[in-house]
Amino acid sequence: MLAKRIIPCLDVNAGRVVKGINFVELRDAGDPVEVAKRYDQQGADEITFLDITASSDDRDIILHVVEQVAEQVFIPLTVGGGVRTVDDVRRLLNAGADKVSINTAAVNNPQVVAEASGRVGSQCIVVAIDAKQTSPGKWQVFTHGGRNNTGLDAIEWAKKVESLGAGEILLTSMDRDGTKIGFDLGLTRAVSDAVRIPVIASGGVGSLEHLAEGVSDGRADAVLAASIFHFGQHTVREAKELMRARGIEVRL
Amino acid sequence: MNKIAVIDYGMGNLRSVEKAIGHVAGNSEVIVTCDSRVVLSADRVVFPGQGAMPDCMRELEARGLHAAVLDAAASKPFLGICIGQQMLFDHSQEGDVPGLGVFAGEVRRFPEARMFTADGVRLKVPHMGWNEVHQAGTHALWSGIPDAARFYFVHSYYVDPADAAIVAATTDYGLPFTSAVARANIFAVQFHPEKSAEAGLQLLSNFIRWQPES
Repeated sequence: MLAKRIIPCLDVNAGRVVKGINFVELRDAGDPVEVAKRYDQQGADEITFLDITASSDDRDIILHVVEQVAEQVFIPLTVGGGVRTVDDVRRLLNAGADKVSINTAAVNNPQVVAEASGRVGSQCIVVAIDAKQTSPGKWQVFTHGGRNNTGLDAIEWAKKVESLGAGEILLTSMDRDGTKIGFDLGLTRAVSDAVRIPVIASGGVGSLEHLAEGVSDGRADAVLAASIFHFGQHTVREAKELMRARGIEVRL
Repeated sequence: MNKIAVIDYGMGNLRSVEKAIGHVAGNSEVIVTCDSRVVLSADRVVFPGQGAMPDCMRELEARGLHAAVLDAAASKPFLGICIGQQMLFDHSQEGDVPGLGVFAGEVRRFPEARMFTADGVRLKVPHMGWNEVHQAGTHALWSGIPDAARFYFVHSYYVDPADAAIVAATTDYGLPFTSAVARANIFAVQFHPEKSAEAGLQLLSNFIRWQPES
């Protein structure tokens, strides 16, 4: 059967992997090619790069990063962060990305999802949804790191982007992001049950058990984590062994 | 000099395919091309494909590559990938379009009514991720790859060959489906070897060194 996927996420700032500590202090964590190769060797099923480069002068650096990684790492690569137009999508794919993730631009102009998937295929288009709980059983879509409430219902928005041609949803709980207390399993399950496309759970992972819960209780098709792997706390392989011990199908 | 043509008919990104083959190619030359003369003169041909089969067929025709693909499929080591495998068949349910007819059979969509696990959980379509590829007998392209090794898939349609003898591998997703076919100089797969880590690189390396019996 199909394996559940584990996806390490790397934040890239001006061509270097960075680790944030409580979103304030950014520390250099190495060369993206070397870090990506290490995760590939540990058995990562995909790798996601989130470009957090603030300066517009440095925005094209991510293209070179993707080119270099794609020369040496032969698993799917997803790139997100600051993707606004179909042209941005094409440039990243041409550099060697396999999927591109669109977040704020999809909220501002949902048509960009339809245009991009029409042009390059749904399989290349991931829509990232940042959600926060607003009342019991209700979540809304936020942008700008959780500061801006769009007023969109997260479940309705997930269905909408599916109908526009998204191939996959990267779902982040802004309530849990950085907390290390585990995924918002209610949110994950609600979205995963509402759409027919795969859902990647993100936000809140602090232990390997959390990854397993995202799949078993959240019904996610894939789980994404950053700090649990970056700080050498655990390897991807350890995560997979734990998931297998919990009866979850993984690629080991 | 071993010249490998990767056929480019404008559908999707061939960079991954080019890089992965280049990675294992040794002295071979890898050319991404939309020129039928290059395809005709190549020693080996890779026929990839992404997106929707009706668009792929239309673009292939628009670039005048139809005859060159048929020539290659009849004469030299030929590797179809994803839609490049599906297009070799008679017909697809996707857009109700004819394919190239190299193989008899139909390209079908995963039947959503049947897409459940044994414990009742709904299976997502597209089938996206790493799944086991069960080899149906030996073949030079499986050399060094363990049976049931996992490869990376992303697709909503699969091939259903009329001739069971061409099935080179099967995979289970709601139902068992054909994930690779082989006949004479042709090998074609539903998964993406270029994105399938070690197992995928081994398959590409095997293809580059493959000498089909004529």
